[in-house]
Amino acid sequence: MSFLTYLINGISLGSVYAIIALGYTMVYGIAKMLNFAHGDVIMVGGYAALTMMLSYGAHPLIAVLAAIVVCTLLGITIEAVAYRPLREAASPLAVLITAIGVSYLLQNVVLLIFGSSPKSFQSVVSVPDLKLAGGALNISGETIVTILSCIIIMTVLTLFINKTKAGQAMLAVSEDKGAAQLMGINVNGTIALTFAIGSGLAAIAGVLLCSAYPSLSPYTGSMPGIKAFVAAVFGGIGSIPGAMIGGALLGVIEILGKAYISSQLADAIVFAVLIIVLLVKPTGLLGKKIQEKV
Amino acid sequence: MKRKKLKSNLITYGIVIAAFVLVQILTYTGNLSSLLKGLLIPLCVYVVLAVSLNLVVGISGELSLGHAGFMCVGAFSGAFFSKCMQGVIVSGGLRLFLAMLLGAGVAAVFGILVGIPVLRLKGDYLAIVTLAFGEIIKNVINVFYVGIDSNGVHVSMKDQFSLGMDVDGTVILNGPQGITGTPKDATFLAGIILILVTLFIVLNLIDSRDGRAIMSIRDNRIAAESIGINITKYKLMAFTISASLAGAAGALYAHNLATLQAKKFDYNLSIMALVFVVLGGIGNIRGSVIAAVVLTALPELLRGLSNYRMLIYAIVLIVMMLFNWAPKALEWRERYLSRFFKKSVKEGK
Repeated sequence: MSFLTYLINGISLGSVYAIIALGYTMVYGIAKMLNFAHGDVIMVGGYAALTMMLSYGAHPLIAVLAAIVVCTLLGITIEAVAYRPLREAASPLAVLITAIGVSYLLQNVVLLIFGSSPKSFQSVVSVPDLKLAGGALNISGETIVTILSCIIIMTVLTLFINKTKAGQAMLAVSEDKGAAQLMGINVNGTIALTFAIGSGLAAIAGVLLCSAYPSLSPYTGSMPGIKAFVAAVFGGIGSIPGAMIGGALLGVIEILGKAYISSQLADAIVFAVLIIVLLVKPTGLLGKKIQEKV
Repeated sequence: MKRKKLKSNLITYGIVIAAFVLVQILTYTGNLSSLLKGLLIPLCVYVVLAVSLNLVVGISGELSLGHAGFMCVGAFSGAFFSKCMQGVIVSGGLRLFLAMLLGAGVAAVFGILVGIPVLRLKGDYLAIVTLAFGEIIKNVINVFYVGIDSNGVHVSMKDQFSLGMDVDGTVILNGPQGITGTPKDATFLAGIILILVTLFIVLNLIDSRDGRAIMSIRDNRIAAESIGINITKYKLMAFTISASLAGAAGALYAHNLATLQAKKFDYNLSIMALVFVVLGGIGNIRGSVIAAVVLTALPELLRGLSNYRMLIYAIVLIVMMLFNWAPKALEWRERYLSRFFKKSVKEGK
């Protein structure tokens, strides 16, 4: 039974990674940039929800909504101020370094406002634990909510991209910016929308992450951010189902590695699996093969 | 052309030597604050780190986010060597020299081992895999316990008690606690010499036939391949040299610290080195030197602002990136600043 528990915990952690990875992968697909500040948006989301609940006594659901609004606005602002001016820069590294700058900025602003000591986060989930097999298998409410929200987000996002005009515009822009513009698509608006969705998802991921691991500090976001980035690459960066599969696999590998091999080496195992996958399939599990023109 | 390059290289060496002389004068006249004194060796370490990373990012054109991993390997092998040889080699300078040599060698071996699989990937995939390798190296060193007694070397991956040593044994590498009590052999002079050696190696490599081959791969891989350049060999060459220089820097770094812990070498350190490279100018070696010095000194000099210093650092970083790279900002600079510096702008082109 313990294996099943680990597996479910792994899928739950993986679902959080998957939600974060969706933000990474969408932004990468459309803007071709690694948004290093994405992990810190998660952290901001966590703090926003916490503040709403502690200082204003808001209902957890309202707190989550507030966190989504804050992060969405934050994402749009970051894109407009820091990334958009560099979109046509001579080197793609320029925007990467700016993203690192934004990441430092967010961490330090939060550090100044809330202090560096970790805050304990009260879970937003009020779903009771599920006991199966006569109490031998205990699934916590957080786990259920996390996995369910991940499935819902995935479905809605896929429908949004395939069925709506804005979603089609995203696909078009990610394929070819110039051609999309000529077809009358508002490229700046579409990229801003992508950042908005990605950051909103990051807020949800932040709240779920903090509910499962209830400790919040200004650096909470960076490691999950990196892991989610690994998950996105794992599944094939730019691909939405890839992000989901990558995230889930990564979470399961991490938890099983922690349980059966070594808790200190769990991260090393995750990264080693990533390297092996990339050596066999250089563009990730579901990544598109890039053809090279001479 | 050749003379111009020689002049440019001599200026770079000159800046480093001038900085050394300036610091020496300040030390003798007692004008150097203790804060700055403590910063001198880290500054040398970061300069070497930035220059060596620039060899990969700027000259070879591959984005590496795992440079701290090589530094980590060099630091631990160097510190390990010095701790074992503490009683055997008495001269601190010689010990440091040998430790740096060993650090560079071990890091070079890791560079080859990591480079062979990694360099087959491209772009962002390569970046994430180098990041992964850096984290793996850090994590693996974290679980090792090594001790020495009269029977020889004991290695364990559990804890220091399962080493099973005699009473006379000493623990050298103590898992997450790392290596403590490395002899403090690092001096500013050694750091400056390491910088000069690094610059000599990198600048000469760039101007050599091999360097031109490496840059041709960066500019157009297919064209380079079609004229018979061995892609893997040259990429691996740049990667390995870069790794070994980072390893030497790591060994120097280790001999300046009372406690050496693997967690110091996380991806943030790699990213910091990348910031130096990009801000100093990708492929511009002198720029890396200056950027490393300025950006390391900046947060320390802002220490008076206590909590706000990292915030200011972040804002400065973003603003400098926008000012240096945004096409609109470049256009603006061309239009307004060229009026004042007409000559210098033209020459700079």
